[in-house]
Order: sequence, then structure tokens, then C-alpha cells
Amino acid sequence: MSEEQEVVTVVKAPVYLKYNFTAGAAPARFLAQIKKGVLTGQRCPKCSAVYVPPRGSCGGCGVATEEEVVLSNKATVQSFTIVYIPIPNNPIQPPYIIANVVPDGANVSFIHLMSECVNEDVHIGARVEAVWKPKEEWAFAMDNIRYYRPIDEPNVPVDQIGKLPVTGLEG
Amino acid sequence: MKEIAIVGFQQSDSVSDAGAVNEVEMIMPVLSRVFQQVGINNAQDVGFVCSGSCDYLQGAAFAFVAGVDALGAVPPIKESHVEMDAAWALYESILKIRMGHADSALIYGFGKSSPGELPIVMSQQLDPYYLAPLWVDSISLAALQARLMLDQGLITEGDMAEVVSRSRRNAMNNPHAQLAGDVAPDDVLAQEMYLSPLRKADICPVSDGASAMIIATVEKAKEWGMPYAIISGIDHCIETHNLGMRDLTDSVSTRTAAKRAGMDAGKVDVAELYAPFSHQEIILTRALGLADDTLINPSGGVLAGNLMMASGLSRIGEVFNRIVSGEVQCGIAHATSGPCLQHNLVTVLEKA
Repeated sequence: MSEEQEVVTVVKAPVYLKYNFTAGAAPARFLAQIKKGVLTGQRCPKCSAVYVPPRGSCGGCGVATEEEVVLSNKATVQSFTIVYIPIPNNPIQPPYIIANVVPDGANVSFIHLMSECVNEDVHIGARVEAVWKPKEEWAFAMDNIRYYRPIDEPNVPVDQIGKLPVTGLEG
Repeated sequence: MKEIAIVGFQQSDSVSDAGAVNEVEMIMPVLSRVFQQVGINNAQDVGFVCSGSCDYLQGAAFAFVAGVDALGAVPPIKESHVEMDAAWALYESILKIRMGHADSALIYGFGKSSPGELPIVMSQQLDPYYLAPLWVDSISLAALQARLMLDQGLITEGDMAEVVSRSRRNAMNNPHAQLAGDVAPDDVLAQEMYLSPLRKADICPVSDGASAMIIATVEKAKEWGMPYAIISGIDHCIETHNLGMRDLTDSVSTRTAAKRAGMDAGKVDVAELYAPFSHQEIILTRALGLADDTLINPSGGVLAGNLMMASGLSRIGEVFNRIVSGEVQCGIAHATSGPCLQHNLVTVLEKA
């Protein structure tokens, strides 16, 4: 070949696949409750651990979580990070806090946002509560809870995080 | 070499749409049934666990990890996964036991194919430079293969219809089947073409479901005291991803795998073949040189219901069921993966 060929280093082959996603029977029960403004978990019939959001089974025991448990609006910070990097299309301006929070009555944490707080004062064991969107905006979505904000309650000792009853510290 | 015994097998019903349930909810009932069959509590009671699934089916990265939530994996267990049919998870588990790293294993496969457009999803398993960007779907490729066979006079449409008819009739005795009925070959031929030369009946249905198996060393199987069948051989072979370089009318890799697995064509009472398209059952039967008196796909095969990532394991389970029930003495099970029977695994089973 006389002509010098250009070296091909990139082939563009975009992939588009459409799916009809289903959350699962147990997550669907959870989502139906959160649409009504109620945060629920599900209890393992074997080890009694309460999962939120429930995915259908207790990962530890490998059995279905059937029993529905209503959880508190109050929660404890299990861990957190301060985000300084702006993320494209994210309306929240940094620096802001993402935290793992455990609602009272549950044994596992989920990730949510924190606000109405001094970022530097947030700490593990801090008590927080859910701030919900106005009722008319409630959907089948975790962000019906807009964020968590600090409340004036004593810290939870590290070994007690994730073990509080639904009645909270006093319970 | 350690002899491997199959001690338990369970499969869910093959359904066109499992509805609201997610993967872990689909797996749990099957696992609890197989644990019950063997008389154990959960995955803590086996030495190794291996699963087969494909994240593309549900369209979520690392979706297979959710399957582990069905196991009872606290305290930690030895666990692995193949992004393939669970027949290959069985292969990995056998190696694990033969190496002395475990004395028993749980194998499970699951697939919820209904959320996506399966034939299109399958196009993404093709080579990423020349074929996947063309979005050639799995049915179109099989149609090309069937056309080659018809034009070369290797099969007739009547032969294909015979395969469908036998599948539908056999499936009437399979409680998990999705498609079953007293269908005559002429009924099949009377159907309109779907993707020439394939009619809808020539194509396996899209199915949701799971299956699970427990294997062990013979010593462990005796300790459990359950009836078992012996896996006397297992092997797999793959052909090139370049479809133009293969003879699509034959399955060389199936033949090679069967030979290496120690199959004796004269000694096969039953054969469960993973043929997602009617003409492929004929290719496989010929490639394996199966005798006329071999019972082929008594379950109805995957034309009666195709659990992606579990159907290969289910073929083995179907043969196991027939051996422990005393119906047959020995048999082979075949599993496939890739377009037009690219990758094939053959398992030889015998009465204990």
C-alpha cells in the first residue's frame, strides 16, 4: 500500500437499551408508604434486624423480610463526608454534606443529604431529623425527605448507633 | 480424582413476566426448596457457592451482587460468580471441589429477561467492533443459520416443526414449562413466518425464573443420605466470535466438548440439549451423534421456557431428576452460550 493509513484508535459505538424497571415486591411496599409520608423498614424474622430501604431479604440470614415497621423521623449520623466538588447538573452547591443516617427503629443506615447545619459541626453520633417536602410533592421517591437537619439531643455513643428503638434515645 | 455427585436440584416455574418481584425475591424460594431437599439450612452448610447471571438482562451494573442477599452470607462464605449460564458456575464448583477446596457446593442461576428487549440485549454480547454496533439481534442470527441449513438441504421446515411439536408435547409433563400443548407439526407449519425462515414457535420464549443445584463429593453425599447421581465428565469448548469463519450448520465445539467429557454416544438414555431455536436441536443431535433411541429433551427443552443464565444448569438438573427417579441409567446435558451455539458445555451423568 502506497498511501499511509491513519491509525484507528477510537470506534464510537453508543449503546442504548430500554428496560421496564421493577423495584421488587418489598421495595414497592416501602415506596408506597413513603408516598404517604411514612418511612418504613422491614424486619428479618430470624435475626430481627430492620432494613431500610428494604430490598426483599435479610442479607445476613438469606430470608425474606415480611414484617413492616414504621420508623421514626429522628435518626443518627453514622458517618458523613463534606462534598467540595461541584457535580454537573446537581442543583446543590458545594460545600454540602452527604451522611449515612440510621433512623430510630432501624439497624442499617442509608445515604441522604444534610442541611440547616454548620458543616464543620457535624459529627458521628449527631442526632438529626427528616425534613419532608410539602405533601403535594410526595412521589414514590426517597427525596420526599428533602434532607436531615440537626436536633438538640445528646450524642449517641458509637456502639449504640444503629441500635436505637423507634422511641429514640429515651426509649 | 474426586467423584462429584449431584444431590439436589430445583427450578422455578418459567414465566413470561415475573411481575413486581426483583432478583433476590425470585431466587429465595428456589434456594429454600433446594436446601430443604438436601436437608440443610442455608449456604453456610456448603463449602462453596457459585452463581450465574448477566447484568445486561436487568440492565443494572453489579446486579448479580443482589443475589448474594438470598444466601445467608453472615458469617462470610466462599462465593463466586460467572457472567454466564450457571452451567459454567457448576463447572467452576466442580474444579473447586476437585482441588480439595470444598466438599460441597451450591450453584444457582437466575434471569429476569422480561424488563428488556432480550434479542436486542443479546446483540451486545457480539464482538464490539464489527457486529455489536450493527445491533444484530439473536433471532436474526439464528434465522441466518437456519437459512443456511435449509438452502444446503440439511433440514426441512418440516424437520423444524417436528422439533417444536415434540417440545410442546413433552412439556405437558413439565410443571415448570411456559409453553406446552398437544401441537402437531402441521399446526406449527400453519403459523405465519415471524423472521424468515423462523416461525415464532421455532424460537424459545422470553422467560423469567431461576434454578439451583447442590453438588458434593460422594462421601459428603452419603453423609447427607440423599439419592444422588454422578457427574462422570464435564467439559466445554468455544468457537471464534467471527460468525463468518464458522460452519454454522455444525457444532464442532459441542462435539469436542462431548468427547473430552467422555460421552459414549451408544450409552445415552436421555439428552437434554440447550437449543433456543428448533433447528439448533437438530445441529446438536447430529454433532453429538445421538442414537435414535436416545430420549431428547423430555422436559420440552428451552423451547418450552428459556431461563437465561439458568437453563443450562436446568438441563443438567432435568437429567439428574430422571436418573434419581430411576427412569434412566445415564444421560448427557448440554448448555450453550453466545450467538448460534458459539460456546458449548457437555456434562455426562450416571446412576450412582
